[in-house]
Amino acid sequence: MSTSTDTIEELANREYKYGFVSDIEADAVPKGLTEETVRLISRIKSEPEWMLEWRLRAFRHWQTMEEPHWENVKFSPVDYQEIVYYSAPKPKKVLSSIDEVDPDLLQTFEKLGISLDEQKRLTNVAVDAVFDSVSVATTFKGKLADMGIIFCSMSEALREHPDLVKQYLGTVVPYSDNYYATLNSAVFSDGSFCYVPKGVRCPMELSTYFRINAENTGQFERTLLVADEGAYVSYLEGCTAPMRDENQLHAAVVELVALPGATIKYSTVQNWYPGDKNGVGGIFNFVTKRGKCAERAKISWTQVETGSAITWKYPSCILQGDDSVGEFYSVALTNNYQQADTGTKMVHIGKNTRSTIVSKGISAGRGQNTYRGLVRVNAGAENARNYSQCDSLLLGDKCGAHTFPYIEVKNPTAKVEHEASTSKIGEDQIFYCNQRGISTEDAINMIVNGFCKEVFRELPMEFAVEAQKLLGVSLEGSVG
Amino acid sequence: MLTIKNLHARVEAKEILRGIDLQVNPGEVHAIMGPNGSGKSTLAGVLAGRAAYEVTDGTVTYKGLDLLDLSAEERAREGVFLAFQYPVEIPGVNNTYFLKAALNAVRKHRGEEELDAMEFLQLVREKLKILHIDQSLLNRPVNEGFSGGEKKRNEIFQMAVLDPLLAILDETDSGLDIDALKSVADGVNALRSPDRAIIVVTHYQRLLNYIVPDFVHVLARGQIVKSGGKELALELEERGYDWLLESTGRSLVGAG
Ligand SMILES: Nc1ncnc2c1ncn2[C@@H]1O[C@H](COP(=O)(O)OP(=O)(O)OP(=O)(O)O)[C@@H](O)[C@H]1O
Ligand SMILES: [Mg+2]
Repeated sequence: MSTSTDTIEELANREYKYGFVSDIEADAVPKGLTEETVRLISRIKSEPEWMLEWRLRAFRHWQTMEEPHWENVKFSPVDYQEIVYYSAPKPKKVLSSIDEVDPDLLQTFEKLGISLDEQKRLTNVAVDAVFDSVSVATTFKGKLADMGIIFCSMSEALREHPDLVKQYLGTVVPYSDNYYATLNSAVFSDGSFCYVPKGVRCPMELSTYFRINAENTGQFERTLLVADEGAYVSYLEGCTAPMRDENQLHAAVVELVALPGATIKYSTVQNWYPGDKNGVGGIFNFVTKRGKCAERAKISWTQVETGSAITWKYPSCILQGDDSVGEFYSVALTNNYQQADTGTKMVHIGKNTRSTIVSKGISAGRGQNTYRGLVRVNAGAENARNYSQCDSLLLGDKCGAHTFPYIEVKNPTAKVEHEASTSKIGEDQIFYCNQRGISTEDAINMIVNGFCKEVFRELPMEFAVEAQKLLGVSLEGSVG
Repeated sequence: MLTIKNLHARVEAKEILRGIDLQVNPGEVHAIMGPNGSGKSTLAGVLAGRAAYEVTDGTVTYKGLDLLDLSAEERAREGVFLAFQYPVEIPGVNNTYFLKAALNAVRKHRGEEELDAMEFLQLVREKLKILHIDQSLLNRPVNEGFSGGEKKRNEIFQMAVLDPLLAILDETDSGLDIDALKSVADGVNALRSPDRAIIVVTHYQRLLNYIVPDFVHVLARGQIVKSGGKELALELEERGYDWLLESTGRSLVGAG
């Protein structure tokens, strides 16, 4: 009875393989957070005055706020004065091409399996690589620029396209939104900016790899994507971080603006350091992601969350325009002492708005996995539709799965459906596979993969492969 | 091919197999009958390597290998196949995909090339014809929502594709309608060959009209209490098991 249980645990307990620290000189602001820190960050980045004002408003508001504590995640308090709020890798000189990028840095990306070589791995992906806080290399820019697509770091956007940034920044996630989003608004270091003009279909998957490197550097990415009328863009976000003993705070903000008839597909694979077997270390991942849909617009979030000690994340859609569509597809895996509290909010404001939620939680070891979702149908949202499905899969008997679906319906024409299930990989299933010649590892991969199928299907090809690797599984073949 | 000597096994401190001796040669078909709870499935499970069973004594040699020393998947790859009394449902995993993974694991072990999707489908179609299985079952998750009979047929279908050397069928006939019984028997008979052996666990003589055994054994209280030819099955059908249990009562006490 014990053999396959052991193997399940062994699989769940694989060491984090991206644990190494790059030795690159960091240009860091002294740790701690005061108004001076905020001014310093803004000054280093030569930001326009309005940006500094916005940051300061956020900072002052943050000082009046209390750190939230949720029912289903437990962690020791974060000391905000111990965090380094800005750290940029020092380039040897100004860079005009990838060849000039610090070789150590490139090696770090190499170790992560992220190749900046356009020819090789990412032939169809433009990468804006965020290393710690500053973008160091951006590819494919020329090709995109020809179509009027802007894809660059937030710092660059503030320099080159300040009006666009000013027009949309904070329109979906206001600086006063929540404790972590407000902190982010005050001290955000960098991130990605993308604008796709009217009627343009972005011809490639846009991608950012985040990586947390310098010690005690809180990461405060700020991403803003704007798809103008009828535009289409698919954006991939991937994250890995090296091993750390102390918990690191990550409080990113992602804002999506889908103007009339536009479609934004936002996919995330999150593999940050989850802490060790005993629950020491790991990333605190407190992220605010939200999109706003104008009429006929569509926003689709797909996420595969396997890392972080704590994940707190609810990619949401505000379905403001009539006939707009929101989707959320999620796989969250927790093992050892990882905690994930994730889900989505679908806010139906416009008429005939539709939303779909598919959430797959996998718990192993002592992992705790919580789905927390809100479907709200406002009074004016005639004929709103929602379908939610929340499935949990348990490996072993020390882990937990929890589901909290909140439904608020203020319009009688709404149709809201919710389905939930919990299942467990059983010894008998493993033995059945073994008896057919399939190893326990492959059997678990197969079952986990089958469980996540509906979500993986939503990922762009490049990412689907990555996601499956991350779950330690291989994709089901096309047979049958 | 298979030599079982003095096999003892227990589940959670309860001794279930209490000294099994059995010799199975290539080409032979052995039927094992016996009352409910006598240990038939336990024997099948021990041979297949189910971890819940603890072997406390005895040896099992298979093709010259110490079978008990091999993991369940190694045994399967060496050609041991168990058709489960209660086939297991695996939601989300496509039946065909599952079978392809299984076949390729076995082929890889044998040093054969893995089959690609096309070759595999061709093989599957061939086997389907023999077994009269509804093709739609192939595209569903493994055993999920299958009727009792469909599950049993699926086991035989898997057996046909995996082409084992030693097939153990645990009550594959239970719950089958007459037509299904015939096609399952066809499937098993198609596998009969001089280099293969089959062990059929059953409660019903009826199956043995279709799959004619070379030997019939009666398993009771964890021991083989009687062995004979196919006519023993007919005798059991008529007389039940009581007469056998009485005659062995004393030796069981002695063994206990
Ligand atoms: N996991 C287990 N825990 C406790 N007892 C078990 C377990 N598995 C089997 N047993 C017991 O072992 C005995 C033999 O069971 P087994 O399934 O081998 O019988 P069987 O001969 O196949 O019976 P049937 O004809 O009803 O299928 C039974 O008394 C059963 O309850
Ligand atoms: Mg049985």
